[in-house]
Amino acid sequence: MPFVANTDADRAQMLKVIGVQNVDELFDDIPPEARIQSLNLPEGLSEAEVYDHLHRLSHRNAHNLICFLGGGFYDHFIPACVDELAGRAEFYTAYTPYQPEASQGSLQAIFEYQSAICRITEMEVANASLYDGGTALYEAAMMALRITGRRKILLDSGVNPIYRNMLYCYTTNLAVAFEEIDTRHGQSDRSQIAARLDDATAAVILQNPNFFGAVDDFTDIIAMAHERGCLAIVSVYPISLGLLKTPGSMGADIVTGEGQSLGLPLSFGGPYLGFMATRREYVRKMPGRLVGLTVDAQGRRGFVLTLQAREQHIRREKAVSNICSNEALCALRALIYLAWLGRQGFREVASICAQKAEYAKTRLSAVPGVTVLKTAPTFNEFTLELPCSAVDVVSRLIDKGFAPGFPLGRYYRGMDNYLLVAVTEKRTREEIGLFAEALAGVL
Amino acid sequence: MIPADRYYTKDHEWVKLDGTAAIVGITDHAQQALGDVTFVELPAVGKRVGAGESVAVIESVKAASDVFSPLAGTVAAVNTALSTTPEKVNEAPYDEGWICRLKDCDLEGLKNLMNAEQYGRYLQES
Repeated sequence: MPFVANTDADRAQMLKVIGVQNVDELFDDIPPEARIQSLNLPEGLSEAEVYDHLHRLSHRNAHNLICFLGGGFYDHFIPACVDELAGRAEFYTAYTPYQPEASQGSLQAIFEYQSAICRITEMEVANASLYDGGTALYEAAMMALRITGRRKILLDSGVNPIYRNMLYCYTTNLAVAFEEIDTRHGQSDRSQIAARLDDATAAVILQNPNFFGAVDDFTDIIAMAHERGCLAIVSVYPISLGLLKTPGSMGADIVTGEGQSLGLPLSFGGPYLGFMATRREYVRKMPGRLVGLTVDAQGRRGFVLTLQAREQHIRREKAVSNICSNEALCALRALIYLAWLGRQGFREVASICAQKAEYAKTRLSAVPGVTVLKTAPTFNEFTLELPCSAVDVVSRLIDKGFAPGFPLGRYYRGMDNYLLVAVTEKRTREEIGLFAEALAGVL
Repeated sequence: MIPADRYYTKDHEWVKLDGTAAIVGITDHAQQALGDVTFVELPAVGKRVGAGESVAVIESVKAASDVFSPLAGTVAAVNTALSTTPEKVNEAPYDEGWICRLKDCDLEGLKNLMNAEQYGRYLQES
């Protein structure tokens, strides 16, 4: 954003143009007794004082921890070109275009982003993005209810517990019944899913890799769901798609995920990126903005917002969703990241993550008292069983400069001694070794 | 021309009876007001619908509009041709552009509908 000066002379000129004496006159229509007399805020600070205050606050955070924390959000490397290109003034407007066809560059970027999401998931159509992985999963669940006209959803407990909480919260006042299917040894329980699938089931919701890190091939579960006229929703970790079987090739109907790992920095509360892709036959039931490629009257290529009759500015209360927005800037970062890596780079990142995670498993399981949960193959995240409370271990390791992982007891009963550990391409052999030593030191 | 062999609603739907079965569509006036139709969301066969309830949704270039059922009944068939050629609603609203067939209609509802002559006058007045 360019710096815009705002001098007394500028203000005087603006007031003159609109024909008022001073700024207060603009509020004349509001009766004095209806105006706020005091906001009960402290006195204003100077610019320097504000910086000083914020720096002090930020230094209360632990800095420069070596990060083995995942749980849906990962410490991946972000190439410099992502910041550089996404920071260009032409793009640096995060909001959805309301006069869209005038912004051909923005629409082209979104169209390419949609294409990239389709490529990595092997799905047929993707929308222009949603707020984050959790809201995307909620929107997918609503979409399944619309498509099937059914009200029951089977929810695998291997789905990120934060997303599951979001699903319950968002649907508090809606007629939808969730049934959770406990994982069996950390993996989706086929026999339980088969037993609970019925003609009232709208969808089964799965996650790959699941929250314990287990990699699965859901082809059989999805086929079972389809036999019952039920949809399969799969939440995925996009980086893993460089290596793992895609949800599209498993037969999934709706695919969602958190796009943070694609070039977005870790931050508390976002902004993050929800992606969603589906089959062509369901495109009219899909929420969110959708950019299409077409030709104008003279045969020139052009991009448009298409199928808008699904959306609330046209369909009002019958719209497929109240989502009328997208995370354009975050989606742009994901696009730049994917385009910069290319097919080969994308595979390499995934492959390095998986290899380093395997190395970390070897090192960490050599620590006395520590075992790696070995029930399924994993990608870059795995579960450790510790001889004591994982929460205590986390707090001791933070003091030693590590963010060691996610204590599973927070969301899973009886798992107080389990720690979820993630390894990205950024972690070095040395860091992994130091982590193992530090872990041994605090047990 | 407004066909004389059917009944009309104030929302510009028509219904053509055959015993207690009926065909439902929208009028020429309605298709003109909507503009180019791009998609018709058809109901599920077997769906029961009350008089005045939404039985389908027609999307045109800039709007999405409900089609309200003129009579209460059960959806017996839908015009599946509209899924690939929605423009039939514009081209032939009274024939090939029909929306759905109903069965077991409640004919009591006819008293709330207009005949062609009344509908013609209604159009002129509104």
